[in-house]
Amino acid sequence: MSEQALSRALSRRSQLARLKKQVSDLLFHAYGFWGYLFLYFPIIILVVFSFNDSRSTAQWAGFTTHWYADMLKDHQIILSLWNSLFVAIVSTTVSVIIGTLAALAMERYRFWGKLMMDAVLYLPIIIPDIAMAIMLLIFFDISGIGFEPWKVNFFGAHLAVPYSVIIGHVAFNISFVAVVVRARLAQMDQVLEEAAQDLYADPWRTFWRVTFPMLLPGILGGALLAFTLSMDDFVITFFTSGAGFNTLPVRVFGMIKKGVTPKINAVSTLMLLFSLMLVAISLILSRGGEKGDSSGNPMF
Amino acid sequence: MSKLITWLRQRASLQAWLLLLPSALWLFIFFIAPLFIVLVYSFLERGTYGGVVWHFTLENYRRVFDPLYLKTFWRSFYIAVLTTVFTLVLGYPLAYYIATRPQRQRGTWVLGLMIPFWTNFLVRTYAWLTLLRTHTGLINLTLMHLGWIHKPLPLFGNDTAIIIGLVYGWLPDMVLPIYATLERLDRSLLEAAMDLYASGPKVFARVIWPLSLPGVVAGSMLVFIPSLGAFVTPAILGGGKALMIGNIISNQFLAAHDWPFGSALSFVMMAVMLVATLVYFRVTSDEERRQL
Repeated sequence: MSEQALSRALSRRSQLARLKKQVSDLLFHAYGFWGYLFLYFPIIILVVFSFNDSRSTAQWAGFTTHWYADMLKDHQIILSLWNSLFVAIVSTTVSVIIGTLAALAMERYRFWGKLMMDAVLYLPIIIPDIAMAIMLLIFFDISGIGFEPWKVNFFGAHLAVPYSVIIGHVAFNISFVAVVVRARLAQMDQVLEEAAQDLYADPWRTFWRVTFPMLLPGILGGALLAFTLSMDDFVITFFTSGAGFNTLPVRVFGMIKKGVTPKINAVSTLMLLFSLMLVAISLILSRGGEKGDSSGNPMF
Repeated sequence: MSKLITWLRQRASLQAWLLLLPSALWLFIFFIAPLFIVLVYSFLERGTYGGVVWHFTLENYRRVFDPLYLKTFWRSFYIAVLTTVFTLVLGYPLAYYIATRPQRQRGTWVLGLMIPFWTNFLVRTYAWLTLLRTHTGLINLTLMHLGWIHKPLPLFGNDTAIIIGLVYGWLPDMVLPIYATLERLDRSLLEAAMDLYASGPKVFARVIWPLSLPGVVAGSMLVFIPSLGAFVTPAILGGGKALMIGNIISNQFLAAHDWPFGSALSFVMMAVMLVATLVYFRVTSDEERRQL
């Protein structure tokens, strides 16, 4: 074979290989596109039809903000939103404090009963919410505690929140906070704490001046996760609240059961915006931490 | 006082338990105790107006194996398995796609995956309700409008609808662990395989797939367990007809007032999940799990 023929054959072969690679790349990109379209399409449709000037959630009949006005006039929805916020704030506060203490114990000590506590802390994460919901329902029913409401004036809204709901939310949030804070503790350098102790700082001072500031991204990450889980929870709230108490998801479930209307789309869009806001906050928080470090960010 | 502090400092175990005390109390009272109460309840007889009669019986567990309930169990199991398989088939290429993006873009792609996942589960399920409904859903209306079909497709109130809803809901749970293993994959291994003239499919079958297996197993667990215990998805997309075990359990508490039977059903459900978890620990090593 002449040199020319050989190089021609080789170049054809490499051309073919390049073409093959281009086609497979194209297919691959197409797959990525369809994959993400699948993830976003239902949500986009949901938002679009919240502006639909008709009772239909599938046939477009012009633009309106009527459903949003409707939503804002619905006292039940507004009340359930306040309930959601109150439950989320209280349960997040409690679970962040006691969950962080638990994380410190689990990560920094060796002690009798550690393995058992490990299991107890992980169980609420893996147990399905329906099982946890009925467990709590039976417990509150036979112990007779919990169903009485906590009457509170929350930014002018008069709420009556059953203690059982808050207790249930704290019970599942502790574990999530502990996991996130532990992850942060595990990869924190203990050298600085040892240095502080070498310089005769007492443990109390070492904790507040060294450990706590370094741990803060983890604690905030845990708080954000707990807040989101609490705002989103439907099943456990639904079973532990007794009659007549609604958080926003419980209210939405009740509305869906009664029939589909664009008003539900409007409430959903509001909840969607709220989640986006939390994602944005978590991004800003992790940016504010060490560069390229997302350890304090449980979402990623 | 200072003596007390010195005394405490010498006892690490005591310190640890002091830190743990609030959460341990909370979880033992409001989680472990309820778990045991449910276990006890599952062996009692039902009262006439809800509640229980304190009389030991195995009847509730026998009823779980009644053909009627066994069928629902089997169906939930089959829906959960199909959901896991579909999320794997759809999610693996997606994880691979994200892992092969330029390093600086990957964070954005992962964020793109997480945003829908962060949206309330109920909202996401409702979104599918407006798409799938038989006569007023967007998919059937559009297809009929285009003249591609003349009768609406049976997309709602059946297993198909539930599986679509579950796959959509849990897809990121499958993609993320697989992505985590693929991203950590040593590129030089791929180059070595190619240098030895392994074809594309062979590189995948012999190198990529085995190395991503821990992610696949973890993702499957994360999808299988919540799918088996699903309550919201069948309640909304099952149209009141297609039910899963989670709905049967909730019915015992909300409608039938048979708490002991509901308790027995949840314990059997948790037993199935426990078996799945044990299998997971059996097929993966400590090292592999830590990497996720």
